[in-house]
Amino acid sequence: MTVVTNNKWIGQRTIRPDGMDKVTGRAQFAADTNMPGMIWGKVLRSPHAHARIKSINTAKAEALPGVKAVVTARDIVDFPIEKGAVMLGIQDMRWMCRNVMAREKALFPGHPIAAVAATSEAIAAEACNLIEVDYEVLPFAIEIEDAIKSDAPILHEFNKFEGKPSNIAGRIEHKKGDLAEGFKKADIVIERSFTTRPVHQGYIEPHACLISVAPDGKTTIWSSSQGQFMVRAMTAHLTGIPQSDIRAIPAEIGGGFGGKTIVYLEPLATLLAKKSGRPVKMVMTREEVMRATGPTSGSKSTVKIGATKDGKIVAAHGTFYLQAGALPGSPIRGAVGCSFTPYDIPNLLSEGYDVCSNRSKVAAYRAPGAPIGAYAVECVLDEVAEVLKMDPLDFRLKNAAKEGTKAAHGPTFPRIGYIETVEAAKASDHYKAPLGKLQGRGVASGFWFNAGGESSAQVNITEDGNVVVTTGHPDIGGSRAGIANICAELLGIDYRRVSVIIGDTQTIGFSNLTGGSRVLFASSIVVTQSTEQIIKTLRERAAKIWEIDPEAVKWEDGAAHPVSPNAGQFPPLTLKDLAEKAPAMGGPIGAGVQLNTTGADGGFGTHICDVEVDVDLGIARVTRYTAVQDVGRAIHPGYVEGQLQGGVAQGIGWALNEEYIYTKEGKVDNPGFLDYRMPVCSDLPMIDCIMVEVPNPKHPQGVKGVGEVPLVPVMAAVANAIYNALGKRFYALPMSPPKVLEVIDAPETRQAAE
Amino acid sequence: MTELRYLAPNSLDEAIKAFAAAGSAGRILAGGTDLLVQMRAGVVKPGLIVDIKKIAEMTEIEQTADGGFRVGAAVSGMALHDHASFGKVWPGVLEAVNLIGSKQVQGRASAGGNLCNGSPAGDSVPAMVAAGAIVTVQGPDGRREMPVEQVPAGPGRTNFKPGEILVSFTLPPRPKGSSDAYLRMIPRTEMDIAVVGLGVSLTLKDGVCTAARVGLGAVAPTVLLVEAAAKALIGSKLDEAALNAAAAACSAACRPIDDKRGTIAYRTKVAGVLLKRTTAIAAQRAKGN
Ligand SMILES: Cc1cc2nc3c(=O)[nH]c(=O)nc-3n(C[C@H](O)[C@H](O)[C@H](O)COP(=O)(O)OP(=O)(O)OC[C@H]3O[C@@H](n4cnc5c(N)ncnc54)[C@H](O)[C@@H]3O)c2cc1C
Repeated sequence: MTVVTNNKWIGQRTIRPDGMDKVTGRAQFAADTNMPGMIWGKVLRSPHAHARIKSINTAKAEALPGVKAVVTARDIVDFPIEKGAVMLGIQDMRWMCRNVMAREKALFPGHPIAAVAATSEAIAAEACNLIEVDYEVLPFAIEIEDAIKSDAPILHEFNKFEGKPSNIAGRIEHKKGDLAEGFKKADIVIERSFTTRPVHQGYIEPHACLISVAPDGKTTIWSSSQGQFMVRAMTAHLTGIPQSDIRAIPAEIGGGFGGKTIVYLEPLATLLAKKSGRPVKMVMTREEVMRATGPTSGSKSTVKIGATKDGKIVAAHGTFYLQAGALPGSPIRGAVGCSFTPYDIPNLLSEGYDVCSNRSKVAAYRAPGAPIGAYAVECVLDEVAEVLKMDPLDFRLKNAAKEGTKAAHGPTFPRIGYIETVEAAKASDHYKAPLGKLQGRGVASGFWFNAGGESSAQVNITEDGNVVVTTGHPDIGGSRAGIANICAELLGIDYRRVSVIIGDTQTIGFSNLTGGSRVLFASSIVVTQSTEQIIKTLRERAAKIWEIDPEAVKWEDGAAHPVSPNAGQFPPLTLKDLAEKAPAMGGPIGAGVQLNTTGADGGFGTHICDVEVDVDLGIARVTRYTAVQDVGRAIHPGYVEGQLQGGVAQGIGWALNEEYIYTKEGKVDNPGFLDYRMPVCSDLPMIDCIMVEVPNPKHPQGVKGVGEVPLVPVMAAVANAIYNALGKRFYALPMSPPKVLEVIDAPETRQAAE
Repeated sequence: MTELRYLAPNSLDEAIKAFAAAGSAGRILAGGTDLLVQMRAGVVKPGLIVDIKKIAEMTEIEQTADGGFRVGAAVSGMALHDHASFGKVWPGVLEAVNLIGSKQVQGRASAGGNLCNGSPAGDSVPAMVAAGAIVTVQGPDGRREMPVEQVPAGPGRTNFKPGEILVSFTLPPRPKGSSDAYLRMIPRTEMDIAVVGLGVSLTLKDGVCTAARVGLGAVAPTVLLVEAAAKALIGSKLDEAALNAAAAACSAACRPIDDKRGTIAYRTKVAGVLLKRTTAIAAQRAKGN
């Protein structure tokens, strides 16, 4: 595979194609589309954390003037439990159908019970209140320790664990070596338990859609998601409409972070539109978003690490319990598979439990599960290094995974850049900078698998000799800018001549959803291959015009040239020349490639965090932060840095303030951005990035996924920094002011300080 | 569907007439940064909205002959910020008002709305209490005046009589050596709601505190005037013993709840911490006056 080397555009901070629209307000997000005759859909949601639905009477709602349609679980295609899993990506449709609309039971406050479409939002809301639901209220369990007790209320009676009905919906493990033997060799062993709270992805744009169903069944969906094909497939499954009849048009997306990899509204709006014959618009309120979508799991973990006196880790054991929410499917794979992966550990057991409980079903959140596991592992590593009196980065270097290391989750690593990230962190000015009073510094590393998967692209040369690239993954992190750079590089033209758009489901081939840090990796492979085909065509056209062999034509600087004077003396034929001559020379120029891409290498990062603690108020502020990451190849450095900075910002929120708080009745008590405290700009320092480039040898431009790794190390880096400042370890997130002050004011802390 | 009427009268009498006639269905609109949010959330469903921003007296800032100030109830945070001398005389009140929300919110939000909304966590209220502000209210039975600390009756409630509207705040003239300050504890750095808010206004003469008032927010159903804390400061040189006594008085005055925003133990401790920090700022400023 030839790696591009001339690099006029690759690595440049070009202007993003969607930038102007976004800063001027022209960009069309999901709620921005309207249609004549459009009506409004609203969802009736369960007030109970756990209740059997005995009956639903919609008669009064249907009789309300202005109401055009009502749907309940009866209208949604059922996927019976006993028939087994029907997988769509990582989602089991048995759970999806029960998540979009409660079937046998309401499983969390906010669980949809029915949906109404009416001529105004107010009428739809009023109609929801007229729906009579007969609930048999059941005891509930939200926290993991409550859900795994032997006498816990069981969410799903059919689910058995070790032969008994249980809320534990699954267990996975990765194993290597002999754990008991390994711990025997250890000179020191440290075991600690940790908890983290559920946190929401916090995308600013609430879920929204507009859906029109024609009398012949042809359905058009405008919605904001991380995958129009996912929207189409899930909607098809849940409504029974064939995929060929559903055109899912991706709107610009106002953030997803994994949370928009599943559907909530689209199947309901489709059924309402079908029943009413009118286009139906649905927009969630922030409160609905907080109660009924996302978040990621809360967790309980125990991590035990054994090392020899000279700093070699000889054994490690991690146990991770993650909340799945109402239906099975917590990201235990990320916690179990990623947490120990930066290290070469001969004896390892990493196990995870998927725990159902009465809160909204989890959705993916940036490196799902991995930050939770890394928080526990990286905090214990910090303690081990301290006992060994080793610099925490040296300790990591001593145990670092490298080419040839066999990871517990399977692969033997090819050339990877983990060591380079630790070395760059060590060499940074930040790591050497002095610290003041009540300031502390912490480090942590992290790993994420990264994905490849299905991707399609169509590259067309316009009649005036410019380029339109269509791909199939919604652009969340700047992928259009990266693709423009790559296509311009290959064609040898200015990047502004390349227009990159995201196609809808009926105009571009299947492309897997925007997730797993796959998009630029996968789409640049298909765009590269399409562009290479076009270059071949262009060379053939020039050869035909010049009446020489195509092999005697090269493509350079946006034009065809004879390879050497021997091939003939011809003035170059530019892209524009060849586009103009296209009708006479074989017709339109374009190429499309569809692939299931492979070769996505995992990504590693190492972070340095400084904090300063106000010990009277318990406030820990991050004062300096550096994220080092092996990014493969930064096609557009600005957007790679954006990914790193965004991940760090989210991790700092997770570490310091973000958490779901529940009332006694099991309802979310902080369903809005006032009391669900994500960081604001002034809470954060400028986040410095060090991009280490160890190109992925299996990718034409060396690309590795970069979007998820930067969230993985953050909570541990912050926790280790707070320890360094205070001499006090925290084993629970968030480290919010009341909790920090409680530890500072604890009698034993005061004593130790004296 | 309930009907919603909107009125924006030019005179106070007109406003009071319409507001009184509407009874419990009537709502006053100043900046709307609380009211509109509450309406959207479905917490309040008014039948009549009386916008007071077209009434001259409500949006004026006036320096009185004796050197005090009258601030109209609907004056926005930004307007107060831009006033030539208000912030020099009352830096604590100004910083409290300017802490409300963001730039966008400041363009609308008023101290009057902050007070009448009745939140124990309203930022400008402890500063106004410390400043010894007197409010003027007018209703169907005429005008009356009351100390600002007597306005809140509990979360979301005021001691106004039916039909009464807050017209203005009057802040007294300042003796030499006086200043004020306001601090709040929030987990973030902005766009947050006070877990504890504390205002101090004091006068120093030859390094001795001759007058002081302390307003404490978010630790009880209403904002508190903490007289015991003021007493501990008055007559002292703001030495450690006096500050400790005042801080203890603030902690003792707390009647907080455990909620999503903070625990009882945390709020009680922080009230004392803020007393010391706020007093230090106010004293520093007073030395320059
Ligand atoms: C994003 C955001 C951030 C915020 N941040 C803060 C913050 O940091 N600190 C803080 O304290 N608050 C904050 N708030 C709340 C709000 O902005 C303040 O309480 C503000 O001072 C309200 O003033 P207003 O003029 O907008 O009041 P309005 O919303 O117009 O009125 C508030 C209430 O008072 C009544 N009222 C108003 N004026 C009168 C009057 N003259 N007579 C009788 N009744 C009256 C209204 O009927 C209503 O019930 C925030 C709000 C938002 C939306």
